[in-house]
Amino acid sequence: MQYVIGVIVSNISGVLSRVSGMFTRRGFNIDSLTVGETENSGYSRITIAFNGDEDIRDRILSQLQKLHDVKEVEVLDRKDTVIRELLLIKVRNNAETRQDIMTAVEIFRSKIVDYSPSSLTCELTGETSKVDAFIELVKPYGIMEMCRTGLVAIERGENCLKTVK
Amino acid sequence: MKITGAKIVVETLIEQGCDTVFGYPGGQVIDLFDELFLNRDRIKHILTAHEQGAAHAADGYARATGKVGVVIATSGPGATNLVTGIATAYLDSVPMVAVTGNVPCSLIGRDSFQEVDIVGITMPVTKHNFIVKNVAELADTIREAFRIARSGRPGPVLVDIPKDVQTALAEFSPQKKPVTPYPSVLADEDKLRKAAELINKSERPYIYFGGGLISGKAHEELIALADKIDAPIGCSLMGISAVPSDHPRFLGMQGMHGHYASSIAEDESDLVIALGARFSDRATGNKKRFAKNFNIIHIDIDCAELQKNIPAALAVQGDIKDAIGRLIGMVNKKKLPDWAKRITQLREEEKNRTERALAQCSGSGPTLSPYDIVDIISRHADGDTVVVTDVGQHQMWTAQRYPFCKPRTFLTSGGLGTMGYGMGAAIGASAAGKKAVLFTGDGSFGMDLNELATAVSQNAPLVIVIMNNGVLGMVRQWQTLFFDKHYSNTTLDRKTDFVKLAEAFGAKGERCVTDDELERAAERAFAANEPYLIDCIVDCDEFVLPMLPPGGSVDDIITEIK
Repeated sequence: MQYVIGVIVSNISGVLSRVSGMFTRRGFNIDSLTVGETENSGYSRITIAFNGDEDIRDRILSQLQKLHDVKEVEVLDRKDTVIRELLLIKVRNNAETRQDIMTAVEIFRSKIVDYSPSSLTCELTGETSKVDAFIELVKPYGIMEMCRTGLVAIERGENCLKTVK
Repeated sequence: MKITGAKIVVETLIEQGCDTVFGYPGGQVIDLFDELFLNRDRIKHILTAHEQGAAHAADGYARATGKVGVVIATSGPGATNLVTGIATAYLDSVPMVAVTGNVPCSLIGRDSFQEVDIVGITMPVTKHNFIVKNVAELADTIREAFRIARSGRPGPVLVDIPKDVQTALAEFSPQKKPVTPYPSVLADEDKLRKAAELINKSERPYIYFGGGLISGKAHEELIALADKIDAPIGCSLMGISAVPSDHPRFLGMQGMHGHYASSIAEDESDLVIALGARFSDRATGNKKRFAKNFNIIHIDIDCAELQKNIPAALAVQGDIKDAIGRLIGMVNKKKLPDWAKRITQLREEEKNRTERALAQCSGSGPTLSPYDIVDIISRHADGDTVVVTDVGQHQMWTAQRYPFCKPRTFLTSGGLGTMGYGMGAAIGASAAGKKAVLFTGDGSFGMDLNELATAVSQNAPLVIVIMNNGVLGMVRQWQTLFFDKHYSNTTLDRKTDFVKLAEAFGAKGERCVTDDELERAAERAFAANEPYLIDCIVDCDEFVLPMLPPGGSVDDIITEIK
């Protein structure tokens, strides 16, 4: 199954190499990886999604914990976690298809962030399944280019990943 | 008062208790070497022939003493030459700090002369590494490097210092004491109680330990536990020397070339208590077949080793000395006469099989038997002598046969299997004030014989025993057994005269083909107190036995060649 983990690391150069290098080196596959600053500028938060069984999950956790720059690692329980992904997608725009695309955008609560006579750029936030569905829907109109951020995730309620070990 | 980065490095090394470093100068560490020159009465630098030798020397020094080994090299090729040495230390959990110079910060990333991203290169083979771009952080970074190297499961740490950081000035206030390691994780009380329950229920317990027992200084606790629960003991290659080889409970190394009795005893046990070991493939053989008959309690300081290679019924993370100590208090004292009888039987069986195998090997022309070589040399050495090996058949023969009696007297590259480890490591042990014997092969020695120059300069009391069979024996053995005797590139066909070579380097040497010759040579070598090489002629078809074929198990154990 797919696991999503939150990793708090020191915000210093090379730390992303150390984390991603561990995955490559030990033959674990990453589905998505995002990284950004936290409320404390000394730390970054990495969200990693990967597929595997419990054994692989535990090995990944213990290998991550061993890295000197890793301060906190936690598997996020999907039931109690808000998981989001951002999509920017540029779709071909012409008079015949414009209205259909606009309808899709509206139903999916997407947003048009750029418009030209021949292209439309939409922004969409949601869980992976929603993003996938939107992409499928607009595919027939012609996808010119797209990029998605990969998952970011945060637990609901009081639970927090602490930035200090 | 402000001092230079180079001086900060030397002052911090001294502050951390380091009195000997190994290395090789170069353009980007010239400032650092200037400070080493100025402080030569406070810290000794040993110049090797090659940076790899320096890294192995730092490793050997660390293994022989338990202290952190320090190696210094310049940027670029100097740094890359350290890599094999660092990886060797990483795989065998040896505390080491490697200091490299680099091009000035302004030249980094521009493919400058002798520039290499050594931090990037060594990331997978260090516990951690640093590049210091701000001189104000230099002292604390080096202190942190020592701290990481020594904490928990030890390992190598690299600190890369650009040249301009070595020349920049910063305030420095020396610390009174070396840094203390991060506090060790202590085993969970409930888990230890569960372990004690499993042990109390066990009728055929077997203790398997690895190198963690030596670095964790837990050999006395190990014996006490074994005595209390009446269990036999076996170990991995890395565990050798923790327990005296002649200890009545000790069955020797297990695994691919392990002792028959320990491999079989483990397989017949109902509970394996694994202490500071990581179940390497060389120790377990076929993982599916391994542990078919027994449960495992696995105790290790490194949480990532638990459930990594072999599933354990109970996995406990914790400091090994503390964990065993507490476990002893929890287990019931017991006597297991049936199990003890079976162990005695296995020892007998092993003796018969070994004798049969030996009878088969010896007597094929004017050569020495490998076991005779180990026996004769060991009779001339004393219990404090540090035994070093390279990698290959000679390594296994030594591991199987040498009578060790103290921890930290066996230095060998276990995890990485680095041919060319021996000379450097032996020089490191000598630098720590130890008498050393290096068992090597003509193949391995070919990879590091340049360090004979270092041994001579240092006047190291080092006996070098070459088991010279003219072939890369371990690979040849596989080719004989599994590749229809296709001796692809394992017949060396060299005309190297090792005795003349030793003399050319300024060392003494002699060649032996009989036991008598070796007896006399050993006598002279151990009396010499300087590098002394003994070239022992061995038949190219001597086998290391027993052998679990690669991917095989105790079911496939080969104890004689038909």
